Amino acid sequence: MLDRRELMKRAGMAALVTGLGARGALALDTVTLPFDNGERPLVKYPQKRPMIGLTSRPPQLETPFSVFNDGPITPNNAFFVRYHLADVPLDIDPDKFMLEVKGKVDKPLKLSLKDIRKLKATEIVAVNQCSGNSRGFSNPRVAGGQLANGAMGNARWRGVPLKTVLDMAGVQQGAKQVTFNGMDGPVADKTPDFIKALDIDHARDSEVMLAYGMNGEDLPVLNGFPLRLVVPGYYGTYWVKHLNEIAVIDSVFDGYWMKSAYRIPDTPNNSVEPGTAPKATIPIGRLTVRSFITNVTDGAKLRPGSTALKGIAFDGGKGIKEVAVAIDGGKTWTAAKLGKDLGKYSFREWTLPVRLAAGSYELKVRATNNAGDVQPMNPLWNPAGYLRNVVETVRVTAA
Amino acid sequence: MKHQLLAIVLAAFALGTAHAAPVSYKLPDETAAFKPGPNLEVVQNNCTACHSADYINTQPRGEKFKKDFWQAEVTKMIKVYGAPIDDADVGKIVDYLAATY
Repeated sequence: MLDRRELMKRAGMAALVTGLGARGALALDTVTLPFDNGERPLVKYPQKRPMIGLTSRPPQLETPFSVFNDGPITPNNAFFVRYHLADVPLDIDPDKFMLEVKGKVDKPLKLSLKDIRKLKATEIVAVNQCSGNSRGFSNPRVAGGQLANGAMGNARWRGVPLKTVLDMAGVQQGAKQVTFNGMDGPVADKTPDFIKALDIDHARDSEVMLAYGMNGEDLPVLNGFPLRLVVPGYYGTYWVKHLNEIAVIDSVFDGYWMKSAYRIPDTPNNSVEPGTAPKATIPIGRLTVRSFITNVTDGAKLRPGSTALKGIAFDGGKGIKEVAVAIDGGKTWTAAKLGKDLGKYSFREWTLPVRLAAGSYELKVRATNNAGDVQPMNPLWNPAGYLRNVVETVRVTAA
Repeated sequence: MKHQLLAIVLAAFALGTAHAAPVSYKLPDETAAFKPGPNLEVVQNNCTACHSADYINTQPRGEKFKKDFWQAEVTKMIKVYGAPIDDADVGKIVDYLAATY
């Protein structure tokens, strides 16, 4: 928690700066996201290229969508940033960092970063997508971070399986869940700290990872340096940053960020009639299947003739089976060619050459995963604006 | 000077972890400000301790996002996030938000 003096200093500086209107230094330019009230500053942060600024305290940065056309791996300096609470750790000494493992274990642990790096490392390519990615497109609109499609990214994570560390500590009989807390925290005493939980079997599945590496480098500060949880196939809310406290518990964790926040309707599609409230909710879990066209933007004017469409698809870990494209608004579909398979949790690139005679087109892309889950043609809705995965449409004209 | 320091810190990052240097990260100054409106001072005093003004600026607009919407948001800040807001200020904050955004 920030002490009061530091808090007032930060808030006061902000007030002073904005009050004078002088050093709006970092707003390089603005971008307008394609929904009402979508104007955002393009901002420059250390270790980051210019990003779409959603909020500044705590910082939330969205990836400019064009980045997803550059390749299946999202560069560290373009990876989105999401914090909940404003006491963000800014001074971190990796030599003093300690990860504590406690609770229902035989041997509580305190591991330094060096200790963790000595353990056998693994790597996995996995998409981290914010639960509220694309919330700005919800209809009717809902409260929350008004994001377009850039609160997602795909990286090669390096670290040790959480299972390794839990086994070292010796999980006791009767353990039900494992909780995760990071160094970031609230400003006000009564604000619930950001703590997340996974079921014990999930935590020990050998895929959930304590990651210190991202695309061959240390984690950027704003992406959780020096250690974060990686939960392949699951929404980013579980990927706790600056992770320094793990507790094994023999109950279902009832903290605010599990019990009240990040909940989805307990219905077959996890959706409800737009504008209504669900009767019961469950914690959000796996990513829904999605796909995007990345090399043609909405409203683009193309030359008539041959155009190679290109994009990405991903899901919550079944893997992508098929990506199909329609150029006639969705009447006839053609299977695209899938790119290199970097693993079932990764972005999967796709390409498809199409011929467009002069005229207007609604290009649509629809992915199916290996479980047979298909993107819906009409958007599903829930009160928090989570899980968006409608078939995307890009309108273009050839002339 | 600050830039130099940051450059050194980032260089240490790039070199990897043989000698992990302490990291000191400098967040950019805030740029978002509350729009002028009634009770602006009450809003600044109560809201800016925990978050920047863009949390409010970026919310959806329109008839459905007036008094009831903002009342629910302020109530959430108090009940869920424990914001220490005096009862007397709640109405003023809601009025400002409904009138200004």
